[in-house]
Amino acid sequence: MFQDLSFTLSQGTALVVTGANGIGKSSLLRTLAGLVALAGGAIRFDGGEDDRPAHEHAHYFGHQDSVKPALSVLENLEFWQSFTAPTAATGFTGDLHKPMGALELLGIGHTAHLPAAYLSAGQKRRLSLSRLLVTARPIWLMDEPTSALDKNSEALLLSLMNGHLETGGLIVTATHTQLALAKVQTLHLKAAQPAEQALEEGFL
Amino acid sequence: MTSWAMALFQRDLRLSVRVGGSALVGVLFFLAVVTVIPFGVGPDLNLLARIGPAILWIGALLATLLGLDRLFQADRDDGTLDLMLMAGRPLELVVLIKCLAHWTATGLPLVVAAPVLGIFLNLDPVSMAAVTATLLVGTPALTLIGAIGASLTVSLRRGGLLLAVLGVPLAIPVLIFGVSSADAAIRDPVPFLTPFLILCALSLIAAVIGPIASATALRFASD
Repeated sequence: MFQDLSFTLSQGTALVVTGANGIGKSSLLRTLAGLVALAGGAIRFDGGEDDRPAHEHAHYFGHQDSVKPALSVLENLEFWQSFTAPTAATGFTGDLHKPMGALELLGIGHTAHLPAAYLSAGQKRRLSLSRLLVTARPIWLMDEPTSALDKNSEALLLSLMNGHLETGGLIVTATHTQLALAKVQTLHLKAAQPAEQALEEGFL
Repeated sequence: MTSWAMALFQRDLRLSVRVGGSALVGVLFFLAVVTVIPFGVGPDLNLLARIGPAILWIGALLATLLGLDRLFQADRDDGTLDLMLMAGRPLELVVLIKCLAHWTATGLPLVVAAPVLGIFLNLDPVSMAAVTATLLVGTPALTLIGAIGASLTVSLRRGGLLLAVLGVPLAIPVLIFGVSSADAAIRDPVPFLTPFLILCALSLIAAVIGPIASATALRFASD
């Protein structure tokens, strides 16, 4: 999938992964999340808990919301709060929220006791985002974090992401929109050199 | 460990008894299978009493298989499974707890319904108690063995049938010892305890092998 891909991210920095559709931005995030096995190479996270692999220091905020429609909004969030193991890292002082506080912060506090089936797409997205606020983990892996969010929520998301960076966290995000983050590094994924492709085609 | 395990158990139990859950489907199917048998076999009461334990066991096996295909698939479809793999909890225990919750919601109602359905099959009180006891210790094994099939077919759209094909051969020993210990309670030559204890052992073995095998399968299914 990837070749010659290497990057280092220091504390309090966000990595914005860009590139054309289908180039592998999501696959890169899923690899970092430990959901796709590495064919070669290594992912290292310094300063974390020794007995946990790198991906257990990360929150994955992907395309799917992982929201159960039959449970109430609060039940959904409380489950993730108790199920996800919090992980610490040196220099990371993530601020934690109570489930109700996180819902209020994201503007869906009034829906707390409704079944999640009644939420709109954007509200489900915000519920999914609130998961990142109730369990402290130093790395946030965010795949298209702004999709289905309105202008206000987008600004809110940005302030949350900047807050996470300020407390010493890391963010890796794949996005097409410009995000005004405090400290940004960019990784642009490109297809393999056309020359190599031409060579391969010549052999075939 | 207790709090996250409790949270998972509660969540799965809630999901199966609420809208779209599978808690009642299994027991209704069990009811349907067992009530049509007397109509098919005819009004021979002695015959019914003789094959009664076997019918209850086969009904329980089919009813268990019915709800198992959604055990992990529902979580995979909405991305929950990915997050569970990253949650930093031992996946074998996660599987075991999910199976336990699934059994409480779908297997336990079968055990409770068995004595009532025993009346339809002309079972006497002793064999009714024996069948209920064997179902109580044997149905967890069916769920745990079925979980292996459920995790192997988690990425397939219509994996239910494949699950049954994979799971039934593995469930045959449970069926054999379940029915034979229920029979042994009625007829004299064999003591009841021998096959019953083997049935208990099968459940315990399944409680070890099932979670390990299906956790392995789920790790491979994630990419």
